[in-house]
Formats: sequence, C-alpha cells, structure tokens
Amino acid sequence: MSRETTLVNADWVQQHLDDPKVVLVEVDEDTNAYDKGHLKGAIKLDWTKDLQDQVRRDFVSKAEFERLLSERGVANDDTVVLYGGNNNWFAAYAYWYFKLYGHDDVKLLDGGRKKWELESRELTEELPKREQTSYTAKEQDKNIRAFRDEVEQAIGAKNLVDVRSPDEFAGRLLAPAHLPQEQAQRAGHIPTAANVPWSKAANDDGTFKSDDELKKIYTDAGLDWGKDTIAYCRIGERSSHTWFVLHELLGEQNVKNYDGSWTEWGSLVGVPVVLGDEPGEA
Amino acid sequence: MCGATEGGVSLEGVDVAKESVIQGVVKRDDQPVAGAYVRLLDRSGEFTAEVPTSATGHFRFFAAPGEWTVRTLAPRADVVDRTVVAQQGVVAEVAVAI
Repeated sequence: MSRETTLVNADWVQQHLDDPKVVLVEVDEDTNAYDKGHLKGAIKLDWTKDLQDQVRRDFVSKAEFERLLSERGVANDDTVVLYGGNNNWFAAYAYWYFKLYGHDDVKLLDGGRKKWELESRELTEELPKREQTSYTAKEQDKNIRAFRDEVEQAIGAKNLVDVRSPDEFAGRLLAPAHLPQEQAQRAGHIPTAANVPWSKAANDDGTFKSDDELKKIYTDAGLDWGKDTIAYCRIGERSSHTWFVLHELLGEQNVKNYDGSWTEWGSLVGVPVVLGDEPGEA
Repeated sequence: MCGATEGGVSLEGVDVAKESVIQGVVKRDDQPVAGAYVRLLDRSGEFTAEVPTSATGHFRFFAAPGEWTVRTLAPRADVVDRTVVAQQGVVAEVAVAI
C-alpha cells in the first residue's frame, strides 16, 4: 500500500463526482451531518447503525455487510472513496472496516469534510440514486483486527500505540474533550504503550503529513519498526486513523487495530492499567 | 456514542458540577459564524478535541481543570487562538472574533 493507491485529494474527487464506478461514502461521528449537506452523489453510512451489531458489542456479520452494501448500491469492483468530519476519524474507521471485509479498492479523501468545507466547495442535500448490487464480502481479515487477549500478550512484546490525547493517556480525561467526562471505565493506559496522538499525523486542515514526517513521528516516539504493532484509542476510530497511517501510507505489514480499545480495556477485571504520562513497565 | 455534534453536546442531563466546561461563540463582524472548526489544545499544544460551530456559532468542550487553548479555523479567516482556564463545576465562556 502507498499514498498513491489509498489517498485522493479534493481535486481528484471533484473530477470524479459523476463517475459511476466511484462511490463516495460519508461517515461521520455526528450521524446527522450528511443530512445537512454532503458531496454530490455521496451515500451515507451510519457507523452506529449500519456498522455495529445492534445487540452485542461487535461488527455486523459478513452477510449483513453484504446486504448493506448491496442495498446502498456498492459493487465489488467500485472504487469506494470515504470521507467524513472530525478529521476523517470515522471515515478511516470505515476504511479499515471495508478492508476487514476485503473490499479491493478503497480510498480516503485527504482532509475529509473539513478541508472540503474550508475550501468552500459545493455540498448538496440531494440524495443519490444507485441501483442495487449483489455484493460479496470476504471473511474478516483478522490480520488487521486485534482482540483483548492478544493485546494483553503484546505488553512488553509488541509495539502498543495509544493514539488518544495526552490527557486521556495519562488518565486526566476519560474521553475526547467534546464529550462529557463522566464515564464508567477506569482512566489510564495499557502498560508499555507509547502515546502518539492521532493528531500528530495530521495537519490542522485534517490532511495527512508527508511520509517522511510520519516516519519520524513514530520513530521519535520509540516505535520499533521490526516489531508488530497494535493501535488503540477509546472506541477504535482514532486508532483506525493511525492504522491507516502505519499500514496504508507507510506500508507497514503487521499493524492491527484494537477496536475494543479503552472502553473495553478500562472496564476489564484483572488487567494492568498505568496512570500518568510515562508508558510504564511490562 | 461519540458524537461531534455541531456546537458541542448539550448540557442537558450532564452533571455540570463534575465537568470543567469551556464554551463560547465564534463571530465575524458581530455575526455568529456557523460551520467554523474550533479545536481545543492542551498545555503542550496537543489536539484534544474539535467541534464545528452550530448555526448560532456556538461550541462546547468538556475539559479538565487547567489552562487550554481554543483554536478557531474558518473559511476566509486567519487562525485565531484564545487561552482559557477551565475549572471543575464552572462553565468558562470564550468569545472568538475572526
């Protein structure tokens, strides 16, 4: 993977707005953002409804994902271009999710919705019409998804990257500061995790920094490039952003996203937790 | 749930006594600016959160006690930084002019 195959800019999207084989997909943290205006032709995926099992805490099944994409008119050979608000947090999450179910050609719009808006580009409320398809997903690619037991075994053995803000890492905050802080889980981080906030990888306008800058950020943070890496955040969306940087932009092979993330780890009985700004001992 | 709702999450149902709220309005020529991006930076300048402003130009954060920087990005405007001190149980108000 590389920047050329996984990232497109606003001009590229502008030129492909009427390309039937390019499906623009908006995924926002604020699931109403799409309804108030979106890129022309873009379909919406609601990450809380479309991408989550509505009973258990897990993703929709392969069959449900197939039904979803068929109904929304996404074909297996379509180029899926994801974008969203919040510096593409949830678009990156959906990107990782599409890759989890084996979609071939997925791209992220660099800078997402924010850069598009800041450049005063056109948004529409018109809903697109796409013909139904017969979408076939692959089995989940567990090479890019980490579960809690593997994370526990990774302490002191693999790179753990906590991509939350420094205050969340240290335990001074329990959630990103646009959310109320009273939460059920304990505060802190997983021992030995390096704190590399996702935001270090992005410019203020939400675009990704250059490969050289990115490589330096993780090297300076102590990432051992010879080891496998697991990224986590609070619910797995910001760590998808970092997974995208490490796996898709920098082409690192063994990088997983721990989507259980802090809302799971901080609620587990019997696991170690470190408070403060230092990574802590294994 | 993790919604970067325009303007920030409502205070309805939130126990403000346990929160350190930072909120305010972004204005241009005394008129509220909708769809500006306001980000909260910690003492080290690191990103902590970001919300787009509401139709009435409002934004809101739930911080921790201490000093913070509120950075505003809007179309056709320079970046504006304002520092603010948050305290638990207090709603700190910030007015941003772009």
